Amino acid sequence: MEVWNYINGHWVDIGNWTVAHLWLILVSNSVAVFIGVSLGIFIAGKGREKIADTVLYLAGIMMTIPSLALFGLLMPLLSALKLPMIGFLPAVIALILYGQLPILRNTYTAIREVDPAMIEAGRGMGMTPRQILLKIKLPLAVPIIMAGLRNAVVINIGIATIAVFIGANGLGKPIFRGLRTTRTDMIITGAVFVSILALIVDSLLALAERKLTPEGLKK
Amino acid sequence: MIKLENVKKIYADGTEAVKGVNFEVDDGEFCVLLGPSGCGKTTTMKMINRLIPITEGSIYIDGTDNKEMDENELRREMGYAIQEIGLFPHMTVGENISTVPTLKNWSSDKKENRAKELLKLMGLEPNEFIDKYPSELSGGQRQRVGVARSLGADPPIMLMDEPFGAIDPITRDRLQDEFLKIQAEIQKTIVFVTHDINEATKMGDKIALLKDGQLIQYSPPAELLAAPKNKFVRDFVGSDRTLKSLRLMKVEEAMKKSPRLVTEDEPLDEVKDLMKKEDVNYLIVVKNGNELKGWINQEDVQEVSSGTVADAMIEDTGAAEVGTSLADALTLMLERDVANLPVINEENKLQGLLTFHDLQSLIGETYTESGGKHPGVSQ
Repeated sequence: MEVWNYINGHWVDIGNWTVAHLWLILVSNSVAVFIGVSLGIFIAGKGREKIADTVLYLAGIMMTIPSLALFGLLMPLLSALKLPMIGFLPAVIALILYGQLPILRNTYTAIREVDPAMIEAGRGMGMTPRQILLKIKLPLAVPIIMAGLRNAVVINIGIATIAVFIGANGLGKPIFRGLRTTRTDMIITGAVFVSILALIVDSLLALAERKLTPEGLKK
Repeated sequence: MIKLENVKKIYADGTEAVKGVNFEVDDGEFCVLLGPSGCGKTTTMKMINRLIPITEGSIYIDGTDNKEMDENELRREMGYAIQEIGLFPHMTVGENISTVPTLKNWSSDKKENRAKELLKLMGLEPNEFIDKYPSELSGGQRQRVGVARSLGADPPIMLMDEPFGAIDPITRDRLQDEFLKIQAEIQKTIVFVTHDINEATKMGDKIALLKDGQLIQYSPPAELLAAPKNKFVRDFVGSDRTLKSLRLMKVEEAMKKSPRLVTEDEPLDEVKDLMKKEDVNYLIVVKNGNELKGWINQEDVQEVSSGTVADAMIEDTGAAEVGTSLADALTLMLERDVANLPVINEENKLQGLLTFHDLQSLIGETYTESGGKHPGVSQ
């Protein structure tokens, strides 16, 4: 009941937090996809197995750093670069890093796992390496890359709540304030909306995944 | 024409996969590269379109060294079909077939017409299949689409790496027959890799038998079977090579062209005398010149005391048609328990007579191991 009262009295705030939260996710994951897919394609190239191992290892380590610690670690780095230490930018950077592993690993795996017979056929018919990548490997990798992206987005929607500790806006706000003032209704409100947001975004991405999956690969 | 001149492949670790191979494939010729696994047959084929770089020697395509050509251009001028087929699952049958035409920037009308033409050629209804995805096809249909794709831009040369390897024997047999019919029509220069001696003798105009990177024998199938160069070839073609060569030869190659004939209305007395004189116990009966009617044998003729041939004749038009293989003719003889088989054409006109005795002497001939003669023309 308390929760409902709180929600009812704060629709505007909740709306703002949600939009800010979404914006954070949108910006960070767009960049994460761009970096992750490009890097994934690069390390999946011939003769780059060593680089691939290193990059995936580093991305794996990144995931094990607690988010609060990562925010803390970013501060001296950003200050050395004369960039803002708190607020939107450090939050985006942290989320980009967290989003890397699922996208990178899925891109890498998907491209490496393309049936060699198909690549052989493509090469034998005179496709250039670039044509093989764009016409065969990438279309076949799309469903798996999309699954990685979904994974990254859901993880980041959770982590973005913690970004409030370094001054970013979002649905972490009511949780953070509630914790400080022991207001359970605020904490629950924040948590519920983060969950709803994650569910909705995930379903939308699932829809996009189906749309982007080449027709012949659908069951 | 494809010409291989002292072609070698030595890998970085020193392995010599192909050790100086020389041979030529004429335009329109079906050349089979045959040998046990690891003999270098696939490596040799892949050096033709430079999927594997040549270490030493040269391969000439219509006189041009393939090293001097752009590798992608080179490959687009050669059809390529592989055992795993490698159809692109995210593309429709039509898009798959149009792979090379797309790379060559053909117009979409031209591509569609070509794809439909090829589907028809492969015995697949164009409008039904062109928009299907590979996952909706059966194994045999996929294989057909794979071959259609390799014919996409109508290349003069085709490279085929065990294209019928991954399917059940019955479908494979049918696809081989269909492909031979298609080849008779399109007359491509084909280099075809297989480890299956039966497929090789069935499909090839010439067989290049390889072992440990060396070309052991390069001959037409009949010669390979009849005159193996050494023990390896003999062992590889198998102890049933006689039966294999019977499969290769047609009845008209072994039949007597003008057997003794009688007509229905000839008096039996005369025929009895004839049989005695010529020492035969079997005669073919014809009417209207050379239309097959039946046959008579010694015993029946003796039992009937008088009358004409018609009274003793066994009316039977069982015969082998021209074009039947000797192996099939032999089966027919054994099934019908006869020692003589008339050979007819499509209009039931007698062309000759095949006797069990002729077959026996043919079989004996391949076992003498002496000559390099084609058994079919050596009588």
